[in-house]
Amino acid sequence: MDDGNKLLLSGDEAIALAGWHAGVALGAGYPGTPSTEILENFSKLGGRAQWSPNEKVALEVAIGAAFGGARAMATMKHVGLNVASDPLFTVAYTGVAGALVIVSADDPGMHSSQNEQDNRHYAVAAGVPMLEPSDSQEAYDFMLAAIEISERWKIPVLLRATTRVCHSSTVVRPRGQRDTPKATNFVRDLKARVMVPGHARPAHRRLRQKLSEISAWNEDCALNRVVPGGKSLGIITSGISFMHAREAAPEARVLKLGFTHPLPLRKIAEFAAGVERCVVIEEGDPYLVEAIRAAGISVSGKPEMYRFGELDVTRVRRILRADTSPEPAPPPGKPPQLCEACSYRIVFDSLRRHNCIVAGDIGCYTLGVLQPFEAIDSCVCMGASLGVGLGLRHVLPPDQACRVVSVIGDSTFVHSGISGLIEMAYNPPPDGHVVIILDNSTTAMTGHQEHPGTGRNLKHEPTGKVVIEDLARSCGIRRVQVIEPRVGSDAFEQALTEALKSRELAVIIARRPCILIAKELKEYEKRRQCQEIGELCAPAV
Amino acid sequence: MKNAANARKSENSARPPCNIVVAGLGGQGVLTATDIIADVALRAGFDVKKSEIKGMSQRGGSVTCDIRFGGQIHSPMVPAGEADFLLVLEPTQLEPNRHVLRAGGVTIEPSVIDADKLPQKKMLNVALLGALSAHLSMAEQEWLDSVGSAFAPKFFEENRQAFLLGRASHNKNVHER
Repeated sequence: MDDGNKLLLSGDEAIALAGWHAGVALGAGYPGTPSTEILENFSKLGGRAQWSPNEKVALEVAIGAAFGGARAMATMKHVGLNVASDPLFTVAYTGVAGALVIVSADDPGMHSSQNEQDNRHYAVAAGVPMLEPSDSQEAYDFMLAAIEISERWKIPVLLRATTRVCHSSTVVRPRGQRDTPKATNFVRDLKARVMVPGHARPAHRRLRQKLSEISAWNEDCALNRVVPGGKSLGIITSGISFMHAREAAPEARVLKLGFTHPLPLRKIAEFAAGVERCVVIEEGDPYLVEAIRAAGISVSGKPEMYRFGELDVTRVRRILRADTSPEPAPPPGKPPQLCEACSYRIVFDSLRRHNCIVAGDIGCYTLGVLQPFEAIDSCVCMGASLGVGLGLRHVLPPDQACRVVSVIGDSTFVHSGISGLIEMAYNPPPDGHVVIILDNSTTAMTGHQEHPGTGRNLKHEPTGKVVIEDLARSCGIRRVQVIEPRVGSDAFEQALTEALKSRELAVIIARRPCILIAKELKEYEKRRQCQEIGELCAPAV
Repeated sequence: MKNAANARKSENSARPPCNIVVAGLGGQGVLTATDIIADVALRAGFDVKKSEIKGMSQRGGSVTCDIRFGGQIHSPMVPAGEADFLLVLEPTQLEPNRHVLRAGGVTIEPSVIDADKLPQKKMLNVALLGALSAHLSMAEQEWLDSVGSAFAPKFFEENRQAFLLGRASHNKNVHER
């Protein structure tokens, strides 16, 4: 969709293109809606993009690249930043030699997430600058700006987008040329990079000093701008809410904030003083309104009911009218379900038959909670099935404890189930435990991305492979079985019956490739064989 | 010729938004249909925004996609009660989405297409685009150009037939609300 220099891009595609144009040397992440397409597109453009086992590792890899002087980015969905928060808080202290941009794709309204946390709080908590684009053009421009800011102050920058920025397509005019990636070089700086207490204390002061300089600079920064309008109504807003507000109140004067931490409070005070009524329009938590009020600036916010879910034009109109009457319930759509031929159906049938108490996890198989199975009893976060299942086993009365099972997918297991498995080996419940790893050889729910257990990298090319059964055995689990769940076979049923009866620590790997990618998997396998043989095969089309 | 096209483009850049919602189930081609509308509108010189929710689309759940074009578009989402057109690829998706239509808004649904005449069943989305196209200002050839670039060349002829089938059908079948 190219009309001269005019492209119609999603926010994710725009971030990827900006990363490419800025000469980002490495992008790392873990798939998660709505962030996944950033790295996929960065790779297609020719960038070095890689899936890491989880977001923490991804951010650490990006930190290493930025310590080496490169421009680097780490991408993840909002809950992924929880996993990556440990390195985030301390890389704010160490700073970087090159540039580091962390892209957090939040999901207000939870289209495809387990919570709707507002990651703007992370910028405040960790003390990093934050930019919030409102459309794809800004996703592109702000990614470039984030890199500049990161390089100028040697500080990691949070680029915070939301579903309706990531997954909406709007017109982008890219600047065109691509920067040559910067030459990398390691410069030893123990005091800056080795965060022992004696180094970290001054590092914290340096961070606050940088933020204070950035705060002053932000007062005149072009990323925040005023849209002219009458003075009877002023709106302060950021991100996608800006778009809804412009449409809901075209007559209003608008202060559009693009650089939202640290906030340009002087600019905000001037704006608020120049209008008769000043309303803050923001999606999610009252982040802006609370910070602005704490600075002694009088503004009104939204009624509490609008904290929940996404904003849209209708809801913004209601906020401006201070309308708190009940909103019409959205009509029900058809919920997703496990595919008709999904092999996981066999597993959930078995779990129901055994009346298992199922600690579940995050992925397609979470759909096992829906009818007709209703076979999952908990789902908290990535990898939680192991720990939650073990906790239940430890405290429940024996007749219940012996029915507890943890169910986790292959990609989720590699993401953060491995440490749960080690916990199981280290603190075994008295009557054992059963872990079922549903291995469909892909990260299915987010659109079939690779992971370390598939033996293929982001580009679906062969690479090192984590063999889950070998890993389980190496943790000291003796009862490890690999079963192919098939219609008409009772192999899985038998394995589950025996594992539950055994009172031992058991891992059952239910392995069958996702039916939605059966064709692709054959193609990848052929490519792998070709690579092993050498150049005897024709290249894949 | 080029001047005329440019003049029309600058005229289009001042139009009020046209709001379309496309609804269906995962795998029916909702996203492709919306991509084609976006492409035609962009080529015609409009500002275009499209917003899709596709997280669960491959698991057969409901998929809807909003598309808006006109002079300057702000929100990427069509406000409830402001859609000019609701295009549904699956009859069950009509009622749950009817609330998006404005008074007098037009629904375009599978029943307007004679399925027996479709070159391939899965080209229903392109046929319904044909029915939609009859209501919009962009020329037939512009639509066909965009349909052409959305699929592999070998499918073009069949898609063209599907599109024209839909475009011819609208007069006798469209339900005005």
